[in-house]
This record gives sequence, structure tokens and C-alpha cells, in this order.
Amino acid sequence: MASMNIIGTSVKRTEDYRFLTGGGQYTDDVAPHHATYAVFVRSPHAHAKIKGIKTDKAAKARGVHAVYTGDDIAKAGINGLPCGWLITDVNGQPMKEPPYPVLAQGKVRHVGERVAVVIADTLHEARDAAELVEVDYEVLPAVVNGAEARKKGAPVLHEIAPDNTCYVWAIGDKAKVDDVFKSAAHTTKLEFVNNRLIPNAIEPRAAIGNYSRAEDAYTLHVASQNPHVERLLMTAFVMGLPEHKVHVIAPDVGGGFGSKIYLYGEDVVVTWASKQINRPVKWTADRVESFSSDAHGRDHVTTAELALDKDGKFLAMRVHTTANVGAYLSTFASCVPTILYATLLAGQYTTPVIYCEVTAVFTNTTPVDAYRGAGRPEATYVVERLVETAAREMKIDPAEIRRRNFIKEFPYQTPVALLYDTGNYNATLDAATKLGDVAGYAKRKEQSKARGKLRGIGYSCYIEACGIAPSSVAGSLGARAGLYEAGEVRVHPTGKVTVFTGSHSHGQGHETTFAQVVASRLGIPMDDVHIVHGDTSKILFGMGTYGSRSIAVGGTAIVKAVDKVIAKGKKIAAHLMEAAENDVEFSDGIFRVTGTDKQVPFGQVALTAYVPHNYPHDKLEPGLNENAFYDPSNFTFPAGSYVCEVEVDPDTGKTSIESFVAVDDFGKIINPMIVEGQVQGGLTQGIGQALMEGCRYDSASGQLLTGTLTDYCLPRAEDVPHFKIDTRETPCTHNPLGVKGCGEAGAIGAPAALMNAITDAIGVRDLAMPATAETVWRAIAMKKAA
Amino acid sequence: MPVKVSMTVNGKPVSAEVEERTLLVNFIREHLRLTGTHVGCDTAQCGACTIEMNGDAVKACNMLAMQAEGAKITTIEGIAAADGTLHPMQEAFREHHALQCGFCTPGMVISAIDLVRRHPNPSEEVVRAELDGNFCRCTGYHNIVKAILDAAPKVAAMR
Ligand code: FES
Ligand code: FES
Repeated sequence: MASMNIIGTSVKRTEDYRFLTGGGQYTDDVAPHHATYAVFVRSPHAHAKIKGIKTDKAAKARGVHAVYTGDDIAKAGINGLPCGWLITDVNGQPMKEPPYPVLAQGKVRHVGERVAVVIADTLHEARDAAELVEVDYEVLPAVVNGAEARKKGAPVLHEIAPDNTCYVWAIGDKAKVDDVFKSAAHTTKLEFVNNRLIPNAIEPRAAIGNYSRAEDAYTLHVASQNPHVERLLMTAFVMGLPEHKVHVIAPDVGGGFGSKIYLYGEDVVVTWASKQINRPVKWTADRVESFSSDAHGRDHVTTAELALDKDGKFLAMRVHTTANVGAYLSTFASCVPTILYATLLAGQYTTPVIYCEVTAVFTNTTPVDAYRGAGRPEATYVVERLVETAAREMKIDPAEIRRRNFIKEFPYQTPVALLYDTGNYNATLDAATKLGDVAGYAKRKEQSKARGKLRGIGYSCYIEACGIAPSSVAGSLGARAGLYEAGEVRVHPTGKVTVFTGSHSHGQGHETTFAQVVASRLGIPMDDVHIVHGDTSKILFGMGTYGSRSIAVGGTAIVKAVDKVIAKGKKIAAHLMEAAENDVEFSDGIFRVTGTDKQVPFGQVALTAYVPHNYPHDKLEPGLNENAFYDPSNFTFPAGSYVCEVEVDPDTGKTSIESFVAVDDFGKIINPMIVEGQVQGGLTQGIGQALMEGCRYDSASGQLLTGTLTDYCLPRAEDVPHFKIDTRETPCTHNPLGVKGCGEAGAIGAPAALMNAITDAIGVRDLAMPATAETVWRAIAMKKAA
Repeated sequence: MPVKVSMTVNGKPVSAEVEERTLLVNFIREHLRLTGTHVGCDTAQCGACTIEMNGDAVKACNMLAMQAEGAKITTIEGIAAADGTLHPMQEAFREHHALQCGFCTPGMVISAIDLVRRHPNPSEEVVRAELDGNFCRCTGYHNIVKAILDAAPKVAAMR
């Protein structure tokens, strides 16, 4: 029999047929019988006291079933939304955790905050009635900028944080770092903003609560990246509902990028309200709502310094960051600018000492949480902009300065807590410089010059930490959840297999990749394997998908369950072949007795397990169904090198990306086609951050200025180049597949490469993202003037 | 005031009483329950709602159902052959991994077919420029562009 090993092959995706023919089932496509529609009344002010809410007109409007405000939620005993990670500050004190109400209680703290909900028979009726809700606001001064919010006299958002500070947290040896800086041959200092981004998954968030009196149970359809966590938070912390009576289904989900990880107030409201009115309650965000109510990303202001010796060896790094967390702490907001950021500041380098201090600040803006990369893009930006700038200042080739400082021996303990298990940074950088024909760059620059254009080249050698783990370490750092994953492999009597995974696919292609893994391991055709995700009543448990953890953690849980199936199968096969269990081996879907021609196929073993006539009943239960939980012993550490070449038109400031090369080391790759797709998508979001995306608030009023797709610039097809992508493979050492994860790399590595290229092209030291044509043009003009 | 609308959708005549302000996209999704046509924005920019109307790709969120009175409409559900065989453009999307979450995909496919109708032999530049009415947040467009370039001759040959 031919080998069924299809790991490493670009199998076409199983899920595509339904998506291509309109057969996807996204939350808004679900239409429960008798559904009602919810519309949220949202705050038009960034900061205001609610003096009163009049709902009577709305309540009497046509088709309206109910209007609820924060008072109703409070009366119902519903708690605020919890934060999943406790950060302990530099003084050993817990971070400030102000209540995050499901519907505003007495005060609103950002534009778009939920104030009331109107539920009616049709969406039109609910919208009309929402207009009739009268909220009496006393507008307060607002603050939207993190640094401003820390100043004396700034408007105070929460009583428990009179200085608007959530925490001041630090990592590393400050005294040692300060010492090194005093005597270093060269130091480089940069101050920059990591611009706030609005995720904009193309499917808006949506939720449908459906309470059944007959069963005294709830069903929640929701566009979520992790249905089990959503259920756990909602039942155990917010609503006090019995967990086993709440069924959460996250069907097809149209992209997430982090924004659909969190438990949102809308999900709680529709679930609760469906019992109050005894009808399903459906809510789908419109895009304008998404802009002000989906968790945002990034928003750091940083001062970063690098100390070097005379040969360009890195001696120390010192970083101070103010992280704007928005008006409330979203589900994982607190760990993003700390655990997922500062720990990555070693990058790919041997910098011996690093100190980083992070001040997290509340402002009158939408809460900020993990967005594709989550902390790691911010860290990479700091490291790679510093390194490139230092190289320019010291007149060392930017690739060469990196090579001089690469970590070459593994495992490597960084000074900021992480233990890199493996890597080969020269390999990716060598490949990227070849693929990008860096050797021919000087000539291309001349050609650009002849055309009146400014050409620049920029590198970015990023590292990321994926599959955040292990639970015990995360717990000691403040995580309030485990970080394992669950999987179940159900072999049916005919030898077909259904796999249940706690990971969630919202574009990543798990139905294909995971099936490749299982089919290869069991030696059966991929068509015989079906992957199920996103449903709490089918899947035993799950931590969901974020942090590029699906294959490394979720995939490994499945592998462990498959191995248990094989182990049990060997016992059954040994019985059938009258052999000792130890003499039975399994490969390519066949159990064999070593050294003989005795064999039974997998399908026969499966059938025997369910029709156990000839069966070792004294030793074994019938059936062939196994589950496994996998708690990794470490993060995985994908890394790569990006080289970007741009051409800037000095007259208009417009940047065109002439070449973008990405060479990533994701360890073993299951499906190269899917991995490339993830890189392309990530790069495009990174390019978006560098060139065009930037959330803006009016500093006086706190109004969201980029609140629609006409004001917030998402990358279009003509904004991105044809990418040149390749991979190198250094397998992860601590999971059986040798995989690392690939979902966020592009978004992590791309911004620094681009900004390094643009600053090189126009000859300035630094430039703010997004580097729009106007920003670049002004920088050129200022340089000329100077 | 409810009004009666009638049109042909995916080859079948349909009619219904709708509120005057009902958008065509809501008529298609809610009344006809053809949920392959998606809604991704409220400013007629994302293109997730793109359908074919009287031979042209249009954004169904940007017009009232009433305005489609008597029109001949094809939604994504009507693009593949009756036996389920994918249209060459759909097949090219699958072949080139031009979709991830699938949410933009129905609109992308219909826009892509329309693009090839207008530009039977498009260059990469033309494809990229012509896609300006369709956002995809997942793929980075790379593979969408590849798929369209690959499918173009096959789709053009169908006409
Ligand atoms: S929904 Fe029609 S363009 Fe976005
Ligand atoms: S595939 Fe997700 S938006 Fe295009």
C-alpha cells in the first residue's frame, strides 16, 4: 500500500467548496425561528455622566419587546466582564481592575460604549426605536492619549485609578542595564509610536442568544475564536449560569485576527435577554459599530535605547513603553504589552542585559487587546528599528550587524525570561538576501535615481513566541486560564474518523491541515477524516485559536489522541493475530506482527472494537475513541528575515513597494500552500500598519475620527506587491510534529522592514507610522528645509 | 408601506412584499434565505455583497430591493453548474488558495468574473486596480490575483 503521508504537501482545502458556493454558515446566516433583533444604543461621547435614560417612548414603539439599560443588568445580578490575566506591578501590587460593565453604569468612558439595548421583531423596528431612547448626558472632559492621561489634572476615568494608571510593570535588571549604558562605545536612542489599529475582520461580530424554556438551556451562536472560553467566562464569572446549560456555537467565522477572542457585552446581553423575552435575540454589528466596539490593537509610545561596543556588538537594551489600554480592560489586554511584548525584546540577538518598563494607562478610547501578533509586532518594531538605526549610525552593513549578534547556540536563555529551544537565524537571513538579490541592490538604486526616485532597502529579523505555555508558568505570571488544548479522535466502526478540536478555524484551514496530520498518522485517506471545531456541545473543551497556537498546541493534542488510538489498536490487533502486543507494529494503516506476514488493516481493528465478538474483553473495553489534553512545555519560536525594497516619489511622497521578501522558519510545515497564505495575509496587515492604517481620535472631544471604512484605510489589492516567500525548517524540539506556528509572523515582521526601507530611501532617522504619502512628503520637505 | 417586488434570482422568478426601505442585500439574505451574499460594511466599500444584476457586478447593499424590480440576478449560489461543478473562477480560487475565512469570497468571485468579462486578458496591474471595490482582510490578495489571472482565459472562453 502506498504511503499515506501527506504531511508537507499542498493539499487543496476541504472547506473551500462551501465557501465558494455560498454554503458557509456564519453567525448572521443562522436564522432561528421567531428571532427578534437587538440594536444597541451607544455613547456618542468619549466621557460623560449618565444623568438619566428615558426608555418609555422606545418601549412603546411598534414591534418592540424590551428596552434594557445598565440598571436592568445590575438588577439581574450580572457582573462586569473579567480580565483573564492579572499583572502584578513593580511594587508587588495587583493591577487596577475597574469594573467593565456589560451596559454602562452611570458613566460612559468611550465613544461607542454600550448604553442600552432595544429588542424588536424586525431590525428596522429595533433601529427606529433605538432612536427614541433618550439619554441625558453630562459631558466630561476626555483624554485619549496615554501620556496625557498620566499627567496631573487629566480627566480621571475610574475612581480606583486616580492617575489613570492600570499598572507599572517591569522586567530585567535595571541597575545592570544602566551601568552598561554609562560606559558603552555607542548608544542609539529612538522614540516612536506603534500606531493604534482597528482589526476589521470582514465579517462583523454577531451573536444570537436563544433560551429554551422547555430545556431550561441556552444556545449562543457567536462569531468567536474560542467558544469554550467564551462560555466559561460568561457562565462562571459574568452571569452565574450553569455551564452545562449553555451551548456556544461559533460556526464559520469570517476572520478574527484577535478581535473575536474576547467576551463582549453584546454576547452577554443577547443571551440574557433571550430568556427575559423568551425569544431568540439576534445582533449583528454594522461596520460603524465594529470600529468603535471591537477591541483595537497596539497603541504604544516607546523610548528605546541600544548600547553597543565599538564593533557593533549589542551590550544592553533599555525600553520604556506607555501602553494605552483604552477605557476598560478587555479579556487579555493586560498581558499583551507585558508578557507578550517585553519578553520578546531579545529578538534574534545575544543582547546580554535588557530592561523594559511598561506603564499601562486608561484613556477614553475603545479597549485595546490582542490584534494579530499581539505585543510581538511592537517588540519587533522596537528591536529592528533600533538595530537598523544603530547600524546606519555606526556605518556597519545592517545585515552584517545582525549576523554579528545572532544567537547561534541553542537552547538559549534570554535575559527576558524566554528559553529559545532552537533556531537558525543565519539560514533565513542568507536565504532572504539571496531571494531579494541584495547583491544587485546598488544597481537598482542607481536606476531608480535615474528615474528621479528614491530607493531604500530595509531588513527585519523577527522572532515570535507562539503557543503561549506552559499553563503552570503562565499561571505564575498571572494567567487566570490554562493554556493547553484538547482533542478527541473518534474512530467509527467503518474506520472513518471524526476529530474534535478545541482550536478554532476562522480562515486558517484546520479542516484541511488537521486532517492531513491525522490521515498521515493513521495511514488512511484524508477523505476518511472529518474535523469538527467551534461547538461546545460536540467538543470536550478548548482554549481556542490565537497566538498562532493551533497546530503547535491543538495539533499536538490531536496527535496524542491519535497515538492513544494506535496504542489501543495494537492491543486489539495483537489479539486478532494471536501475537504479543509488543510484537505488533503500525504503519501506513496496517498493524503487522514484526518479522511475519501477519497483518490486519486499521479498518478491521476499528470494526472489531465496535463488533467485539473476538475481543480481549478481560483486558480492554470495546470502542475506539480517545481524547487528549496537551499542555506544552514551552513556547515555540518561529523566526524569519524580511527584506523590503521601496521606491519613494520625492514629489508626492508616495511609497511603492518594489520587492518584499519573507523567509520564515516555522519548523515543520504541514501544508505549504496554507502556510504561504497565512504569511501573505500577515504581511499585508503589517504593510497596512506601516503605510496606511492608523486609528485617530480627536484629542479634545475624544471622537473617533477613523470610524468608517472611508476614514480608516485598509489595504486594497493594488497597495500590496507580489510577495516573494520561502521557508527554512528548524523543527521545534518539544512537540511531536516539530511545528511552530505561522499565523502572525507577517504582521510581526513587516512593519519594521518597511519603515527601515522608507527611512533609508529618504534619508531620515525616523518616521511615524503610517507612512502615508503626506507623512513621507513632509519628512522630505523638512529635510530639504533643514 | 410594504411594496411588492418581483425579480428573477438564479433563474427562478421570486416575488415578495417588503418594506420600502429594504435593501436588496437584505431581500436576498432574509427573504430568499440566500445567505452566500454577505454584508461586511455600511458604506458600500467592502464588496462582500457583490451580486450580478442584468449582467453587471453590483453591490447589493447599495440599492433598494425595489430598484431591482424585474431584474435578472445571479448570486454566488447560482454561479456553479446545476450539478455542483464549480465555475472556472471558483475552481481557480480553490486551486490557488485564494480564500481563507471565505467571507469576502462570494463577492470576490462575482467581481472577478465581471472583471474578466470587461478585461478578457488582464494584466496583474489591471486585476489589482479593478479589485478596488473588494476588501479581503485574510489573503493579502496575492492568491486572489493569481487565481484571476489563471482563470481569465478559461472564463473568457466560456462567453
Ligand atoms: S456590504 Fe456592500 S459593499 Fe460592504
Ligand atoms: S478570505 Fe477572509 S476576508 Fe477574504
